[in-house]
Amino acid sequence: MSKTPVQFSLNGSSKAIFVDGGANLLEVLRRGLGDLTPKYGCGQGTCGTCTVLIDGEPRLSCLTLAETVEGKSVNTVGGLADGADLHPLQNEFMEGFAAQCGYCTPGMLMSAKALLDKNSNPSREEVMEAISGNICRCTGYESIIDAILRAAGQRTGRAV
Amino acid sequence: MITVEKFNTVHEAASSVASRGRYYGGGTLVMRSINYAEDGFDRLVLASDPSLKEIRVDGNRLVLGAGLTMSDIAQSRETEFLKPVASVIGGPAIRNAATIGGNLFAGHPYGDFAVALLALDATLSTTAGDQQNLEQFLAGRESFSGIVQSVSCKNPDRGTFRFKKVCRVKPKGISVMSIAAWLPQSGGRISNARIAFGAMGPTPLRAKAAEQALEGGSLDEASIERAAVALSRDLQPFDDAIASGWYRREVAPVHLKRLLSERAV
Amino acid sequence: MSSIEFRKDLFADERDDDLKEIGKPTIRQDILGHVTGRSPYYDDHLFDGLLHLKCLRSPHHHAKIRSIDTGEAERMPGVKRIIKPQDVPHNLNTLLSLINFGRDDEAMLQGNKVSYIGEPVVAVVAETELQARKAVKAVRVEYEVLPHVLDPEEAMKPEAPVVNEVYPNNTFDYHELYDHQKLRFGDTERAFQAADNIVEGRYQLSPIEQAPTETCGAIAAPETNDRYVCYTGTQALFFSLGTTAKLLDMASSRLHFVGGTVGGGFGGKVDSLHEPLAVLGAHLTGQPVKYVFDRQEEMQVGAPRGAERWYIKDGVMNDGQIVARQFTGVFDAGAYSRLSPYAIIKATGHLPGPYTIPNVSSNVYCVYTNRTPATAMRGFGITAVDFSIEAHMDKVATHLGMNPIELRIRNSYRDGDMKAHRRLAKNTALIECCQVAAQKAGVRLSPEFANDSSLKGGGIGSRIEIPETVTDDVGKIGDRRRSNTPIHPFEGAGHKGKVAAGTRGEQVIAAPAQDHEMVIEPGRDGYRGPSNGSGPLPPDETQPSAPMEPQSQPPVVQTPLPATQSPQPPQIAQTPTPAPQPEPYKPDKLFDRGLKRPGASRFISGSRRR
Repeated sequence: MSKTPVQFSLNGSSKAIFVDGGANLLEVLRRGLGDLTPKYGCGQGTCGTCTVLIDGEPRLSCLTLAETVEGKSVNTVGGLADGADLHPLQNEFMEGFAAQCGYCTPGMLMSAKALLDKNSNPSREEVMEAISGNICRCTGYESIIDAILRAAGQRTGRAV
Repeated sequence: MITVEKFNTVHEAASSVASRGRYYGGGTLVMRSINYAEDGFDRLVLASDPSLKEIRVDGNRLVLGAGLTMSDIAQSRETEFLKPVASVIGGPAIRNAATIGGNLFAGHPYGDFAVALLALDATLSTTAGDQQNLEQFLAGRESFSGIVQSVSCKNPDRGTFRFKKVCRVKPKGISVMSIAAWLPQSGGRISNARIAFGAMGPTPLRAKAAEQALEGGSLDEASIERAAVALSRDLQPFDDAIASGWYRREVAPVHLKRLLSERAV
Repeated sequence: MSSIEFRKDLFADERDDDLKEIGKPTIRQDILGHVTGRSPYYDDHLFDGLLHLKCLRSPHHHAKIRSIDTGEAERMPGVKRIIKPQDVPHNLNTLLSLINFGRDDEAMLQGNKVSYIGEPVVAVVAETELQARKAVKAVRVEYEVLPHVLDPEEAMKPEAPVVNEVYPNNTFDYHELYDHQKLRFGDTERAFQAADNIVEGRYQLSPIEQAPTETCGAIAAPETNDRYVCYTGTQALFFSLGTTAKLLDMASSRLHFVGGTVGGGFGGKVDSLHEPLAVLGAHLTGQPVKYVFDRQEEMQVGAPRGAERWYIKDGVMNDGQIVARQFTGVFDAGAYSRLSPYAIIKATGHLPGPYTIPNVSSNVYCVYTNRTPATAMRGFGITAVDFSIEAHMDKVATHLGMNPIELRIRNSYRDGDMKAHRRLAKNTALIECCQVAAQKAGVRLSPEFANDSSLKGGGIGSRIEIPETVTDDVGKIGDRRRSNTPIHPFEGAGHKGKVAAGTRGEQVIAAPAQDHEMVIEPGRDGYRGPSNGSGPLPPDETQPSAPMEPQSQPPVVQTPLPATQSPQPPQIAQTPTPAPQPEPYKPDKLFDRGLKRPGASRFISGSRRR
């Protein structure tokens, strides 16, 4: 089986890896590069738990051919914190009980980050739209939406 | 077991897609097929042709590159009338990948964008040869071998195009059905209306009897009622996890009446 | 916006409100791992040389397997091993056999007859998931399609095909006596005759898939010391371990199970389907093996909350008092037992809901059909019957023209009331819930109901008594399929008997409790207090001494366990006999190290074999 070299930036550091033909980005990140933060939930684009950012845009890593990220920048929850300092979204998810089993959390956080990076002051509806591709089965949507809104408020210094 | 081939132009790619090859547009359908080991192909074909991303006005029609994503459509000024369609397809991550070309091949429960294009009298430009209208294409899409380059559709007059995706999950889920209606008027009378339904048959389909019922009318209550009654002739509803065929048939006239009764914007 | 309102004004004297943790918000101890993506789910353990296991599954509801040909699949690239039914050392199990409940009825890989769509037949272990999937498609299985049955009531009919040969009547055998779980309290038939109104209803719930975001799965790998490590997403680590040890005929000391972080379970991850197969794969290949459901398998094969159908018949007086309630419950277990027989015990213990009704009878059936086996999910056994009861309460209220909340308060259980399963109700709070709900919903209650309390009026007069109870012996195992017996209580040919008022039923103790705190007493919650030494356990002072009425037929009193008790089998004796004398523990066979890979030295550790 032939393998193809792919180089891209993962959470700011440059990576090079040989991938199998047809390999999806999720498998390459997890088993190839050892970034276990994106999760497998469906392999068909319904659950959103494998969401990562590619050049700042949210994408489903299980539906992305790994070779197509050549030269691009990929961000996962593994790089969300700034060293020991958590991202405001992470802090608010913690404080606001916005995770139960935690399995959808990496995808939720990346979808939320994509939103806040573009729109620092989103409405509740915009937050709901931003996470509409992420399924949480422990039914914690309300606390997740609240946490994202609070994180936005924290960044803009706006009280929520 | 899968080989990946990359080309600069669509035409080069077309020669490779023919036998046991599958074109990779946004990946949302084809990667799912790989993840679930569907048979029928062992090569992925990619093309980096910039024409696939073009949006061009051609008289009263609009030509859309097949590689445009739902996000591209939702964000472009020229395609503003399609924003309500593009933005109800999947979540943001799906919309950043899913292309309008891929949507033409998407079986239920996907494929809502094709419903809108069907109502907008779309024609396709493909590597397989001549221009083809979307209705013919959908009928034979299982055996299509080639790459769709672009889609040309009506650029509708303001207020003449309406779309509704009916979901059971809020803010959005997969379709119980989707309905698109293009209602051009001349002298206050409907002329050449087109109504298309998704999730009401094996492919998106037109409700021709309902279109006929609106012809020459003024979209008043009586003509809307006639269209709703005529609807059942063209629909082929089926059971799935979201709704039974019976339910779909029962509620389709209700949703059509609501859509047609909306006040034009 | 979600908000929680604590009504600490209610029952304030029954509760300590100065506790350090309870009642106060706190940050989850595992949440830092969740928000940083570092919580270790089972699949977050990397192994070099990881193999992937995929199952060939039945495309039919019901079919005999004529032949299995794996020749072509074995030759496909990357295929390491094809596991066939005969490769499973002890290929028959039922989940609750670990607590001695039910007979083994399900194979891990089915080689004779498939009984539901998706039932696993063979497993392929290959280097990549794609290779495993392709090889699964290359396995040829010849089926002889059999007639199938999908509706549980149809399955009980004489002409229905036999779904599960271990239970050839398509119903679980309760207490080795009946094809259903009986509950008899008072005399519903006589009470129906005296009632002003009879209100009947039929209710049903579809199966519900738990659909955890993380699909069910496990990774097993040879460890040193001839052991196997298994990382799993199970919700029931020791069930999974015990099941694996049994199916693989392997000493459990050779199994090192690691669980803990579960990506959503909701009951759907107790069935222990993945661990045994992953360990067997690791055992047969000497390499780490991962077996995981994809999303389609999770939805189609993953065991759901089972479908249930309930018939409820109420005898109601014009003032709203319910004097009799009769249930018929039909549980669709799917093709195998899993946890359904136990769900019925839970459901029966819950009847007639949070109401004090002097006459209650019920027949509840666990029926096998050619559907995906059902299992646990959030309150299973209770949820559907509660839905049915509450829908029925609304129906009764509509029939009487009564406010449905007032109807509930009128019939609500109160502290000290005797329940149909012959235990006293305590810490009841339905009346207060109704009052708060009415207030929130803007429903005005008349003063009689608005000022009522769960603490008032209960446990007095007939409310505390166990009434004289009419019993019957209809529905002995096998009768129904022979004679098409109707399913409702007391219908069909059989003998009737009576049990004297005050009879609580038999409690059979298989082994004496090691600690006096473990003795179940009807009137006690929680800690009894210090024991006075290691002497014999004090006699159960609540055991009734009411004499049995002499009669020709033996009385039949089935006392189901309440839902809150541990899931021990309700082995209730048919006639009052002294509790059997406990025998000291004695193993059937001496401990051995269990299964060996053929040809492998017993003295080489797992890691060196590789």
